[in-house]
Amino acid sequence: MIFVLAWRELRNLFLSPLAWSILAIVQFLLGYLFLGQVDLYLQVQAQLGTMQNPPSLTQLIIAPVFSNAAIILLLIIPLLTMRLIAEEKRNQTLALLLSAPISMTEIILGKYLGVMSFIFINLFFIALMPFSLMASGNLDMGMIFSGFVALTLLLASFVATGVYMSTITSQPTIAAVSTFGFLLLLWVIDWSAGITNTQTTELTQYLSMLKHYQPLIDGVFKSSDVIYYLLFISTFLILSIRRLHADRLQH
Amino acid sequence: MPANQPLPPPGNSRINHETLISAKNVSRYYGDKKAVNNISFEVKRGEVLGLLGPNGAGKSTTMQMLTGNLAPSNGQISISGFDILEEPKNAKNHLGYLPEHPPVYKELTVDEYLLYCAKLNRITRRHQKEAMALAKARCDLEKVGKRLIGNLSKGYQQRIGIAQAIIHSPAVIILDEPTVGLDPMQIKQIRALIRELGNDHSIILSTHILPEVTATCDRVLIINQGNIMMTESIGDLQQRLLSSSLIVAFKTPPPTQALKQFDGISHVEEIETGRYRLHHSPEIDPSEDIVLQSVKKHWRLTEIQPEKLSLEEIFLDITCTENDSTQVHAGKQPHQKASI
Repeated sequence: MIFVLAWRELRNLFLSPLAWSILAIVQFLLGYLFLGQVDLYLQVQAQLGTMQNPPSLTQLIIAPVFSNAAIILLLIIPLLTMRLIAEEKRNQTLALLLSAPISMTEIILGKYLGVMSFIFINLFFIALMPFSLMASGNLDMGMIFSGFVALTLLLASFVATGVYMSTITSQPTIAAVSTFGFLLLLWVIDWSAGITNTQTTELTQYLSMLKHYQPLIDGVFKSSDVIYYLLFISTFLILSIRRLHADRLQH
Repeated sequence: MPANQPLPPPGNSRINHETLISAKNVSRYYGDKKAVNNISFEVKRGEVLGLLGPNGAGKSTTMQMLTGNLAPSNGQISISGFDILEEPKNAKNHLGYLPEHPPVYKELTVDEYLLYCAKLNRITRRHQKEAMALAKARCDLEKVGKRLIGNLSKGYQQRIGIAQAIIHSPAVIILDEPTVGLDPMQIKQIRALIRELGNDHSIILSTHILPEVTATCDRVLIINQGNIMMTESIGDLQQRLLSSSLIVAFKTPPPTQALKQFDGISHVEEIETGRYRLHHSPEIDPSEDIVLQSVKKHWRLTEIQPEKLSLEEIFLDITCTENDSTQVHAGKQPHQKASI
């Protein structure tokens, strides 16, 4: 039943030009930045030979792809998730799902998986860029793998936040703005770390998404970072399910 | 739960083989406002129940609670013997619901939409085509299968909404104003469809249109301000509709005293010269006597017709008197005083 919903959601995305244009724009932006990195690499290649412990091809070209992809999709995912529940509420089509023999959990997970499958399509195209380098150089596969796990977890967290924001309002734009605001806050939350006292610094550093993301794309695979994302995702999915239940109780 | 789990046979309910919908002491508050106040009713298999009431009476709220879209503040609702809150999946398996606004996705075609509904309602892959074809035939949608729902008129969207509610042939069908936006031909078809479905399903429909009740329902529930004002079978209602007054006209009118002598006549009212309205008790019909006497005494009867009390009048009678009494009642509450 979850897959029926997920499939419908994915199909819906491709019914309008939205999904296509997102794929195209993300690919264009990342491709541009990727070529920039390749250029840079070619310029410094000579100097790299003289260094004792030179950064690898992967570190110089591929790690930035992951950082850039995270920022670009931080801007775009709120637009993908804003409609999920909010639009159904506004168009009063949610009744179809609520009176069908499916649970709230299935509704939320279905919608979530629908958007996630679009994210996977997006990730596939992003992956083509690093792998195109395999033709001419040696890649650190472990590091690339760790980077992809990180990006997937990060995007999955973005989508979970978006799903929740979409359940608390019936205005898609409000859902988009609050998702974006919230994610941006978590992205930059430890930038002020030096100024405030140490206790809050620890907390903000733990909350910061960037702090858990950067080590993973640098190839430092710590399970605590992975757990952070898994906790994040499940928290927001559970909150969304609770929210749908609560909608029936109070008005 | 497996996605392709077959629907349990309709007779498989646990509490009672006959009662498909039961609501017990159901209330719903919106903040302080009581939208539905302690109502109880049952609907049996093969029965069509009409919910009647003015705007804001609580009809839609009741239906939303029956279908699990709203949780009741208190009380118990069961569909086919399954409690809607305790076993929502089982209950909803037996449920088809057309909300006030048909829940259609405008960016899909009719076929895509109905296929999605069939899947949502766990119709097995083998039966999906069949179920869609039947629902489309019943709601007269065969010609628009390939068209986008957003481009179709309100009447079509309404019928797609009905098709969606009956696609899995649920034991219980709940229709919130099913004939809104339809043209007279379609209204006739949909009423016939409701009657047909009513033979082996339980149906609740709400409406403002009073003749619709007499045309389609077996029983009426009149709701006002969240309370059940009257529940009566259509037969009894028809009885109420029977005349309790006669209009008569004579060329050589007798004295009004002579008219009062007839059995059962309580009051004679002169409309114009020679034309009277005779009020009588509903059990006794004096018309035959009047005709006989008229012939005998040469009153030269030119007109005699029973005056019908319309459903509208009964409806207004019930809802308005209650309105007044509740307003008096509400006036006693301090926070309402200012508005009265």
